[in-house]
Formats: sequence, C-alpha cells, structure tokens
Amino acid sequence: MGGKVVTITSGKGGVGKTTATANLGISLANLGKKVVVIDADIGLRNLDVIMGLENRIVYDLVDLVEGRAKLRQAMIKHKKFEQLYLIPAAQTRDKMAVSPKDMVELADKLREEHDYVIIDSPAGIERGFRNALEPADEVLIVTNPEVSAVRDADRIIGLIEAAEKGPGRLIINRLKTEMVNKGEMLSADDVFDILSLEIIGIIPEDEFVLSASNSGVPVTLNEGSRAGMAFTNVARRITGEDVPFMNLDENPGFFKRLMRFLDGR
Amino acid sequence: MQDELIAIKGHKDGLLISLSPTENWQSVADQLASRIDDRADFFAGAAITVELGARPVPKYELSSLKALLERRGLSLSLVLSDSATTRESALALDLKTDANIRTKATEKQETLPVDPEETGTRGVLLRRTLRSGRTVHSEGHVVVFGDVNPGAQVIAAGDIIVWGKLRGTAHAGADGDESAIVCALDMSPSQLRIAGYIATSPADKRKHVEPETALIRDNQIVVAARRKSGKG
Repeated sequence: MGGKVVTITSGKGGVGKTTATANLGISLANLGKKVVVIDADIGLRNLDVIMGLENRIVYDLVDLVEGRAKLRQAMIKHKKFEQLYLIPAAQTRDKMAVSPKDMVELADKLREEHDYVIIDSPAGIERGFRNALEPADEVLIVTNPEVSAVRDADRIIGLIEAAEKGPGRLIINRLKTEMVNKGEMLSADDVFDILSLEIIGIIPEDEFVLSASNSGVPVTLNEGSRAGMAFTNVARRITGEDVPFMNLDENPGFFKRLMRFLDGR
Repeated sequence: MQDELIAIKGHKDGLLISLSPTENWQSVADQLASRIDDRADFFAGAAITVELGARPVPKYELSSLKALLERRGLSLSLVLSDSATTRESALALDLKTDANIRTKATEKQETLPVDPEETGTRGVLLRRTLRSGRTVHSEGHVVVFGDVNPGAQVIAAGDIIVWGKLRGTAHAGADGDESAIVCALDMSPSQLRIAGYIATSPADKRKHVEPETALIRDNQIVVAARRKSGKG
C-alpha cells in the first residue's frame, strides 16, 4: 500500500499541531524519507509560514480537489530538502470545500510515491477534523501538560476510537520540567494516567521554537535545540526505531546525576 | 381485534395500560372502553396506570379518559408520559405522573428501589474507558470495566460500579432511588450524585487510593472504604 498517512491532531487549538507537523516532516525528510505534508486547516493556513514556504504558493488544497491544479502543481518543494513537499491550505475557503472522501483519494495518490504523508488537522471536532482523520493510518495526538488541553485530547481520542482509527499515540508538547518538579504543572505521568495512551514524544518548552516558527526554519534543524532533538526522536520512533526518551531535567545537580548513575540510568 | 392499539399488563399496584402513542385518540379510547366492557370482572376496582408514550394529550382528552375509567368503577392512579403537554394536563387534573415521582423523590413511599435480585432488571456492562464527552444513560445498573474520565458522565436509575478510576460525573438512583450506591476502585469524581443529593470530591490529593463506596446516610452522601472483614 506504499507510504503511511499520519494525521496530527489535538482537539484544542494552540497546543502545537502545526509546529509538530512541520518539525516531523522535516525530521523525516532529514532521515532520508520521501515526505508530503498537507495543511488541512482550510481558511486558517499556517503550515506554509512555519516551513518558510509562504511566498511559493500558487495552488492550494482546494484548487487540487476542485480540479484547477494538477497534483504536481500544488506540491511545493522545500528549499532544503528535495524529498519534502507541502500542499498548502486555501486561505479564502472554509472546511466544507473538501470532503473526507477527497482527502482519502488524495492520500491514496500520494502514498504511491512517498514514504509518509503527514496531515495537519485543524483544531475542533468538526468537518476539518473529519477530513484529516479519514485517510489516516496512524494518528498522533498533541497535547500540553495542562488540564484543558488534556480534557480535549481525551475527547478527541474517544472520537478517534469511535472512527476505528485508534488508539493513536501521544505527543506531550511544551513540558516545563522545573514547573513539574515544583508540582505546578502536570507531569508526563499525570497525562498518561488520564489518557492511558502510548507516549511517542515529550517535547520540552524551548524558546527556539518561537523564533524558528517566525523565521520559517523549523526548530528541528537547530542542533542546539532540545525541542528540535525531541522532535527528531519522535520522527525516528514513527519510522519504527526504538529511541530512548531523553532526560528533560535542565541542570541535574551533581548529586542527582550520581544517584542516576548508581541507579544505572 | 386491533391489539397493537392497547396493551394491558399486570403491575404491582394494579394494571398498566399502554396506549399507542400514534393512533387516532378517539379510536384508542373507543377500543379501551370496549376492552374493559368485555371483561368487566377482570378490571373491577383496579387501580390503573396509563402509559401514553410520546403522545401530547391535551387536558380535555385526558379528562375524558379519566371519566371513561371512572364510569366503569376504575380509578386512574398514575399517568406515565414522555410528553410535557401530557404531564401538564395530568397536573391540571390533579393526577399523578412519573414526573412528580421524580420530584417527590424524597418521599420514601413513592420510590421503587431497583431490586438487584429481580429478574429482568436491566443493566449495562461497558468494557472500555469512557472518555471526555461520553455520556451513558441506563434505566438499570451500570458497570464500567475501565475508567470514567473527567468530562464523561454516567447516569443510572440503579447502582454504578466502576472497576477503574471514577473521575467524571456519576449519578446513581437518577429516578429517585436513595438506596442506590456508587463504587469505584479510585473514587475521585468531579461530581457525584445519588438520587437528589450532590457531592464533590475533596480538592486535596489523597495519598492512599483504595476502593470506596458512596451511599446516602443521614440525608447526605458519605463515602466509605470497603471493609476487609465481613463485619459491619
């Protein structure tokens, strides 16, 4: 059946779906995979901006679905990676312009020639989410370690299970270790406790992410960024590699390091 | 004989007569009258519960039904209906409806506790975690083999048993049964209701989690750990 279709969703807005999509697309391309990322957030497109491809858009997803553009014309090649393409969302239409069936047909065409098709789902549980979910082989749910985001993630996981696309895997984004240690933020364990879903990645809060999004060079290309590294690890886990979780403690003291050493960790 | 218009069953307080909610009212009423007249000795003196389903019955129709029964020596003791119009009519005629059973739940003699031993008691077993947004209603008991997450809701006329974490909302005895209970392996519901009583979980995190049972005692909801021995 060719490539794998991975949908990135969250329920709640603003938790980092688009950032995750951009970074996973680039990380997978960096690992030598052929990748297409699709922005399914019609009417509110962002993915092109985060990937630095905004000024190259001629045709978009709706043009493609409505037959005004051929597949090749709507696929924008990434500046750095020859094997990475973006299909941008339309800015002027809404979610009803595309149906779940259109998305399945598009994904089936794309998976013939690419290893991964990554779909950035819009927030919410309506048509846009259905469009993004329908063609998925695997669903990744992005959440933040906060009660409202976890609640929405829980809801969306229920819908994913009901659509028999489950169970999905979880990306916990913007975790602040020092706040967790002070008991002010949910820990990854707390989130797992509620959602009981396999965690595929824990992304630490990282100020590089914002500057990277603004400049259109996703953070995963920045070798000094911990969030970038975490995204790369997620990409490797998507390919089936077994990658250990990185230690998120910012500055583990000598004593802690010693304890960890003695623990054999 | 058009049997489907009317169904008559024995009932613990007398007879339960179910009238078709869709057929023409006059023909339903006529048939009821002829059925009673056919077997007058069977009906004699019975207290009648009428089930009207979704049909909206205006006051004059309900009043004529009541008169029809009374002329034959039968008393209309209870009106069961899913329609607000019908309930209003019943209220105006000073007849009891299932709605005021619900509101008068605190009056013990009016509630019919769900007997767990009773054959035919309905119940639901859910072998899955109920996630946020999911609501389960049951006219019997509900057993969840999994968690009830925050934002999920379980509403049962009988008991609720959660073999897992209860963190959403649970309402046992939703029809007014104050003997209903809620049990969970980890009892931390966002809201817990039994019959007409409401409680919330204490805000502080407990260190020691153990299976607990919630029930009504002295007019409030109390939560108690399951005792290990058979005593008590």
